Amino acid sequence: MLCQECQERPASLHFTKIINGEKTEIHVCETCAKDKGDQFQGSNNFSIHQLLSGLLDAGQSLSASQSQPYKKTQPDLKCPSCGMEYKQFAKVGRLGCADCYRTFNQKLEPVFKRIHGGNSVHSGKIPKRKGKDLHVHREIENLKEKMKKLIEQEEFEKAAETRDRIRSLEESLNNKGGA
Amino acid sequence: MSLGPFINEAVSPWMKNEGPEADIVISSRIRLARNLQDVTYPLLADKEQLEKIVGKVEDKFAGHSHRRFGQLELLKMNDLKANDKRVLVEKHLISPNLATDSKAGAVLLSEDESLSVMVNEEDHLRIQCLLSGFQLDEGLKYANDMDDWMEEKLDFAFDEKRGYLTTCPTNVGTGLRSSVMMHLPALVLTKNLNRILPAINQLGLVVRGIYGEGSEALGNLFQVSNQTTLGKSEKDIVEDLRNVVTQLIQQERAARKTLLEQSQNKLEDRIYRSYGILAYSRRMESKEAMQRLSDVRLGIDMGLIKNVNGKILNELMILTQPGFLQQYAGEKLNSEQRDERRAAVIRERFNLETNG
Repeated sequence: MLCQECQERPASLHFTKIINGEKTEIHVCETCAKDKGDQFQGSNNFSIHQLLSGLLDAGQSLSASQSQPYKKTQPDLKCPSCGMEYKQFAKVGRLGCADCYRTFNQKLEPVFKRIHGGNSVHSGKIPKRKGKDLHVHREIENLKEKMKKLIEQEEFEKAAETRDRIRSLEESLNNKGGA
Repeated sequence: MSLGPFINEAVSPWMKNEGPEADIVISSRIRLARNLQDVTYPLLADKEQLEKIVGKVEDKFAGHSHRRFGQLELLKMNDLKANDKRVLVEKHLISPNLATDSKAGAVLLSEDESLSVMVNEEDHLRIQCLLSGFQLDEGLKYANDMDDWMEEKLDFAFDEKRGYLTTCPTNVGTGLRSSVMMHLPALVLTKNLNRILPAINQLGLVVRGIYGEGSEALGNLFQVSNQTTLGKSEKDIVEDLRNVVTQLIQQERAARKTLLEQSQNKLEDRIYRSYGILAYSRRMESKEAMQRLSDVRLGIDMGLIKNVNGKILNELMILTQPGFLQQYAGEKLNSEQRDERRAAVIRERFNLETNG
């Protein structure tokens, strides 16, 4: 496929934008993407990565920035546990310790989405020993999802069974917390 | 030592078993990144902190026997000679970074070398499982087993929302990198691969040469792996990769068939020229060696060359790397000497074939 801008080089970057259900596809080469970066996004000095990430989570970051004002995160954030500064992280692209994730949480959210195709919440393995309760939480979430579907399908009997199962799981969690 | 026994020792036991789809998929790899809770990551930790981690791992796992992996052995980087480390890198058991950059690096190895756990690489622990052929599910199962075992005795940095907390945000969540090494000569020859690659990138997967990021695809070998580690389950990540690899296998097979139908004579000419050069040349650069070996391997896999074992590419791919050549020679070699040695090793290996 040729670049739709210069019609010379092969298109190496492909964007699909869906805004209000309207789909726009853009196929450009790297050079034209650099040239047209501002045109696509409507701001200056956009690198390819920013352009890409901007398109990837345009919708989410808009709502996220409304609910959490940007002024909260100042550039001189520093992790209390390991001393890593945000500036330093931005340069090396690596974090200093587990607590950095909490310290830089707000700033990391869009980074995760950018890197992981719009995802920022883990849905994989939970460590067996450390995450015993987490396992139960995860199962409850799954059951709730299942119950919703069952209700939609009007399988009320099965939905009631699922509800009971959720209740007993929630109770087991509460009991443990109280003991 | 003569070449036969040397190969026996040099080639990891896991490589000797031929895995599924071995004519196209060389190996499958699963890697899990884990860190210890309340300990600074290797990037910022000092040597003392890192040595403590090595000590912990040694204490709890080295010399212990696991039902699946057998006895595990711990090797500390600071105790190894430079070339020994290089050989470990060339066997893909450790990364170049662990060999040269870690302040207190170590690796825990299983007997058959299908499992290795790097200590103090970018993350505190990197559990890696390597299997021959197309065996992603098995790899994930083994790596998970090791992960579970280690978690029984160590506290991992884990967050309900973000998952396993890794040093680099590109690994956060599952910490899983699953990858498959593929031999795709027909797709390269028919120039179809360039058409397919952009589509693969759009699916959240990456295709690289065998030596990782930015490396050229030597010997028509490509590594396909997942990029997304957060928001999908381990099973889904592996499943997505498997689907794409399955399609690549089908495409490669179709391209091989087309080559055979449309230009068998040309193809045979190319393959036998490479065969002749490998069997008789006196000097061989690594790049040329990889290309020629790829041709011969294609000839073997397509049934055009009959008297040579298909494992030859896998073996020579490993044996003709600088570290192994030096180990076999028992001395340090400059690049001129290596080219000479490389040609000699290849000739000798081909002789082993024809003499039985």
